[in-house]
Amino acid sequence: MKFLRDFLDKQKPQFQKGGKFEKFHSTFDAFETFLFVPDTTTQSGAHIRDAIDLKRTMSVVIVALIPALLFGIWNTGYQHFLSQGQHPGFWPIIGYGLLKVLPIIVVSYVFGLGAEFVFAQIRGHEVNEGYLVSGMLIPLVMPADIPLWMVAIASLFAVIIGKETFGGTGMNVFNPALLARAFIFFAYPAKITGDTVWIGGLSKGAVDGFSGATPLSYAANGLVEKLPSLTDLFYGFIPGSIGETSKLAILIGAVILIATGIGSWRIMLSGLIGGITMTLIFNAFAANVYMTIDPLTQLMMGSFLFGLVFMATDPVTAAQTTTGKYIYGFLVGMLAIMIRVFNPAYPEGTMLAILLMNALAPLIDHYVVEANIKKRMKRAVAK
Amino acid sequence: MSNVIRIKKGLNINLVGEAEKTIKELSTDQFAIKPTDFIGVFPRLLVKEGDELKVGSPIFADKQRSELLFTSPVSGRVTEVRRGAKRVLLEIRIESDGKGEALDFGAADPLKLDREAIIAKMLQSGVWPVVRQRPYSVIAKPTDKPKAIFISTFDTSPLAPDNDLIVHGHDKAFQTGLDALSRLTDGKVHLNIDANATESKVFTGSKNVQINRFAGPHPTGNVGVQISRLDPINKGEVVWYVGPQEVLSIGQLFLTGKYDATRIIALTGSEVLYPAYYKTFTGAKLNSFVAKNTSEAPKRFISGNVLTGTRIEADGYVSFYHHQITVIKEGNYHEFLGWALPGFGKFSISRTFPSFLFKNRKYRLDTNLHGGHRAMVMTGQYEKVFPFDIYPMQLIKAIITENIDLMEQLGIYEVDDEDFALCEVIDTSKTNIQEIVRQGLDMLRKEMS
Repeated sequence: MKFLRDFLDKQKPQFQKGGKFEKFHSTFDAFETFLFVPDTTTQSGAHIRDAIDLKRTMSVVIVALIPALLFGIWNTGYQHFLSQGQHPGFWPIIGYGLLKVLPIIVVSYVFGLGAEFVFAQIRGHEVNEGYLVSGMLIPLVMPADIPLWMVAIASLFAVIIGKETFGGTGMNVFNPALLARAFIFFAYPAKITGDTVWIGGLSKGAVDGFSGATPLSYAANGLVEKLPSLTDLFYGFIPGSIGETSKLAILIGAVILIATGIGSWRIMLSGLIGGITMTLIFNAFAANVYMTIDPLTQLMMGSFLFGLVFMATDPVTAAQTTTGKYIYGFLVGMLAIMIRVFNPAYPEGTMLAILLMNALAPLIDHYVVEANIKKRMKRAVAK
Repeated sequence: MSNVIRIKKGLNINLVGEAEKTIKELSTDQFAIKPTDFIGVFPRLLVKEGDELKVGSPIFADKQRSELLFTSPVSGRVTEVRRGAKRVLLEIRIESDGKGEALDFGAADPLKLDREAIIAKMLQSGVWPVVRQRPYSVIAKPTDKPKAIFISTFDTSPLAPDNDLIVHGHDKAFQTGLDALSRLTDGKVHLNIDANATESKVFTGSKNVQINRFAGPHPTGNVGVQISRLDPINKGEVVWYVGPQEVLSIGQLFLTGKYDATRIIALTGSEVLYPAYYKTFTGAKLNSFVAKNTSEAPKRFISGNVLTGTRIEADGYVSFYHHQITVIKEGNYHEFLGWALPGFGKFSISRTFPSFLFKNRKYRLDTNLHGGHRAMVMTGQYEKVFPFDIYPMQLIKAIITENIDLMEQLGIYEVDDEDFALCEVIDTSKTNIQEIVRQGLDMLRKEMS
């Protein structure tokens, strides 16, 4: 890799202050540090440092998302051909899925990262790796039939309004990928609701009797008997957003996140408990059909697990204290199910639940830290 | 004796280059005293180049506390007064004549002296600066009444010197030092030992102190951690602390009447060919340790340990409070896709590298930062290595925003920058946390004085 290093060293002066391509300094730096870990040494404080950096951290999350992505690609194709009443082999399915999903990913990265590069240059800091994950999450929470221009606008919105106005990665209040999703939902409600958007090509017609309805929309309409089997829910042979359908893929991701210590198991666990608790409360009242759905089915419908594993655990927007994480996760789980069941306008509650808890996380942390401060004051007074 | 205070949070970093347990005499005549070693001291120079010195001759005093004297560790001659930018006094270099002629401050039994007499003797001889206070880690104010005095007899930091070896055979000096310290406080003198490792009778047989047993990974040996478990500092309170070798200095002063600046320094680190212990005095020249004894690689010389030590140049001098020199490789290299490769042999507390599978392996680490500075994104990391009842990230952010009230509320008086060293090591965002904490402490010190 010597020649590559030499090449970079040769080009570098042009991108530095006073150079020809000064305006692309951040961009060059992003690519250079992508290829080579910088030769920076410790200048203050501890002389040795852990080998981990934000690139490593973020790439672990990407790896954890890959199972959901791969299944999403397959399922996009599978659902499409199902809706057309066809049953081709594996490769045509993958081919159709790639055709649908890849452009969404490319658009998300090009527009999102583009905005990041511009802001990094204007603000004079290095490009932050945060968007590597957001840029992957955005396609995975989109319906397969989403128009690409919407993805572009949503990605820009997520980066500019969701992140940079707050000061960039690490300062944002709301999870950028969820903001992108929420933006599309509220800006283009007609496009993203209904039964046809979830399956590629469905809006152009389908075989008779194929509705394309997601499990959540069956549940919301009280058609519990039409819900897919638990096995289908678990493996993900159902319509839905690209990455959310396979619970198996999500669980593999969760295992990766927990094993590496990158994702907070506390939030995942307490979120799961919160969701189950809420469902059991509903089961006890059973005022309508939706309320009677058992916990297992509830948790496996919609984006509950996907949101809990990949979005609620975003360290920037979640609660930051250990105690706070338990409370935050529990409330995310409870609210997701509560909104899902009570809100007739929108079948899924996970997005709104996480965004709401993003807003409340600082408050939770405040009270947790306040308790620590009170304890310290008490000790001082007791003296 | 059976109550062991167990500390769970923390991290032992095992490095290559532990000092062999033999003590050699260091042959050098080059010493220096560095005013920058003493936080908050404004030096007023009392000597000029060419002046003859005896052991204990004053070299400089503190402008604000003129009774605070810093004296010569050896007899000889001032060879150079080095100043830096804005004429800051950097080093007063001394050439020893090897005779060890010493001023006599009068031997005495500290148990028969009153507090004022003990303090006066310690100030006059220049041994007083070994007594430091928390908060702030500045030299103790003789007029303060500390609520307790702490001595940590073990060091848990990487490649740390073994104090059992260092104090071996100095029972009398150590006990005399403790006796003197016990007269300085109305509270307790806490002598903290490692429940699993401390064996020396010099420590375990000490009198006039309370012996506390600790067990746990680094930073258990940090005096700050021990204070927080035994007698946490509230606003307005002061505790004093002294290192074990410094207790010997105090003891020798009362036994012989002379200032004894003897220090045993551990020469450690992966780039040292024959790591061992060396007997010398405070402020010995680095060259004399490492000449012909290090590898050819580009090196970093550290006075102290890799976590909290100060970088010094090859012609530099060991700092006053340090008992260790560490030499490791400089890490100024580019690494192709280093963040993406599996990274066998790399050190990381996170389980994103295979290192977590090899708990006991010894590492040869260099000074590479392994990444770029970023905003703080990850949470819950610092807590794993920070054994205080304090929210570290919240405190760091309070310091960054210069919110003094919040810093106090979050417990800044209980910590020192060294307590955050591990947080800094494992930090994904590569923030220089110790620097930030030191700034916070300085801010409060100025605000409160």
